[in-house]
Amino acid sequence: MATYTYTPVPDQGAKAGVLAYLVISCVVLLLMMLFGLLMRMEQAQMISIGALWFYKIMTLHGAGMVGIVALAGAAIMWHFLRQYVDLSTGIFMANLILFLTGVVMILASVLLGDFHAAWTFLFPLPTTSMGMWSPGAAALFMGGLLVIGVGFVLLHLDIARAIISRYGGLGRGLGWPQLFGPDDGNAPPPAVVASTMVTIVNLIGLVVGASILVMMLINVYVPTFEIDPLLAKGMIYFFGHVFINAVIYMAVIAVYEILPRYTQRPWKSNKVFLASWTASTIMVMFIFPHHLLMDYAYPKWFLIMGHIIGYLNTFPILIVTGYGAMMIVYRSGIRWDMCSRLLFVSLFGWAVGAMPAFIDGTITVNYVMHNTLWVPGHFHTYLLLGMVAMVFGFMYYLGKPNENAPDSPLDVAAFWGFVIGTLGFTMSFLYSGKISAARRYAEHLPEWVPYDKIASYFAMLLIASVLVFIFRFLTRLGLASRDYQRASLARSMAT
Amino acid sequence: MQETAWQVSLVLMLMIAFGVVFVAINSGKREEEYGPLVKRAYSFRTKLFWVVALVFFPAMIYNLTGLPYSPKAVASSGPAEVINVTGHMWYWEMDRDQVEPNQPVDIRVTSADVNHGFGIYDPDLRLIAQAQAMPGYTNVIHITFPREGTYRILCMEYCGVAHHNMMTEIKVSKS
Repeated sequence: MATYTYTPVPDQGAKAGVLAYLVISCVVLLLMMLFGLLMRMEQAQMISIGALWFYKIMTLHGAGMVGIVALAGAAIMWHFLRQYVDLSTGIFMANLILFLTGVVMILASVLLGDFHAAWTFLFPLPTTSMGMWSPGAAALFMGGLLVIGVGFVLLHLDIARAIISRYGGLGRGLGWPQLFGPDDGNAPPPAVVASTMVTIVNLIGLVVGASILVMMLINVYVPTFEIDPLLAKGMIYFFGHVFINAVIYMAVIAVYEILPRYTQRPWKSNKVFLASWTASTIMVMFIFPHHLLMDYAYPKWFLIMGHIIGYLNTFPILIVTGYGAMMIVYRSGIRWDMCSRLLFVSLFGWAVGAMPAFIDGTITVNYVMHNTLWVPGHFHTYLLLGMVAMVFGFMYYLGKPNENAPDSPLDVAAFWGFVIGTLGFTMSFLYSGKISAARRYAEHLPEWVPYDKIASYFAMLLIASVLVFIFRFLTRLGLASRDYQRASLARSMAT
Repeated sequence: MQETAWQVSLVLMLMIAFGVVFVAINSGKREEEYGPLVKRAYSFRTKLFWVVALVFFPAMIYNLTGLPYSPKAVASSGPAEVINVTGHMWYWEMDRDQVEPNQPVDIRVTSADVNHGFGIYDPDLRLIAQAQAMPGYTNVIHITFPREGTYRILCMEYCGVAHHNMMTEIKVSKS
């Protein structure tokens, strides 16, 4: 049976590789945010960059954001998981090198080759460019994605190897003996359970993604190698959905690991926790039809499955992880600093973002809201205020000078700027979706423009706040690698 | 539908916000014994689970009624009229662009090149129906235009540099 006594865990500094991941994440994240701002300002008619540049930037923004949040999430997962299992630093760094190689290929494809088929590379758009880009540019982009994917496959294979050798199998990594048998209190810690889940779903998702990329690469040069567009779409969305969702499940490890240090309360892998992670493992892989609800050619049962799992998927988020964070903080005497604030607010961001998400997965709603700005509205909520907040919380944790170091007023102001900026930005998206503003439009109809302007101002506030976060992390890099007590202890424990 | 989606989202998001603010406000004073607090919290969570389940499951089932995949029963008699639509980079080809109000219409949507999205906007610029235009497949929108006016057609799936210009119209008027 689980006990509720907290056993103190020493705070470890980050390895050089983790810091390299995070520094690159800071740079790319900021650049991609600026690209996002440019797009919103173009739609708001505050600047004029033209349709070609808009769609080139949109392609970079999508691919860049998905890639960089995956990299940042992997850094968090690897940092904590290596405290339980024996991971290979070489593989971790190989992933980074492959990632950077892929980034260069994608940048060259878009900036030099004018490729702008969006990060979703929906077949057959990459090979049907109407002369706007060459087959070589399309191949370079898809090759870049493939190289990045290979890096993540290697990383996850190493994680799978380490978990299997430490716990005896991936099922044991998910805590199945304790879930389906008596709970002896020896289930793997949340960081291991989450890493196991991410590894299972990402390996499957990446193999499917790599398969369709290879098929499309062959099709670029051998057009007689035909691909069914419906099959291609299903494979792309399976890969895309799994991969982008996995980043949150990687980053939430920071919450599982750090909030207990602040509250001096344990986050236990009990039966409900284990059940929710096993359920999430399955649901993340079968929810993807909710991207395909307007493709009536799919079997009806397949689309209804997406609708149903969309509703079910909210339970683990709300009832287990979100509620668990509230439980651990409630009457804990937690000392609020930048790290604990960001990690706490990240669960809020994840949970509130899930609400418009599952509503969009309702078939009758999707019929009138699919591919409106409602869609980026919900995923920007749970990625920015959820996943990205977890990343910045982790950075503040690593860089905190000592457990009693106070935050500067500038950082606190940046926190509120981040929260208000993100909420204003994402609610503008959602409201634009409510009034049917179409997604991925370089030019907006006049009726939609006022909300684009509001979104642009909130995006500026958000980016200004993120600049503070990044500046603070970079100035504290020297501290981030050292082992010392960082987490502020809960009040009655500290005094 | 959009208004309902917006309001339901806002209510759910606000409920979560209230819960988070409540916990944040009550985080300062420490309750040393975590075990009893956990028991109370788990008991509350069980109730919360059932409340959420009792709201979400019926909503999930109810929302499976009236799916757009088959024609809805309408009062008017007679077979549905047909509009054949083919999406091209970057224009819509339609074999007719005028129908009567309250007349069931089947819009058969396909594509000659890449994925497009056939989105129908009513005269108030509100999206009322859509389907993907997919090469090699035909998706059918079953619709009855409720009132006269000019309905704009916008592309709902990114298809290249002139995606945002891929617009046309359907006129709904009595002949």
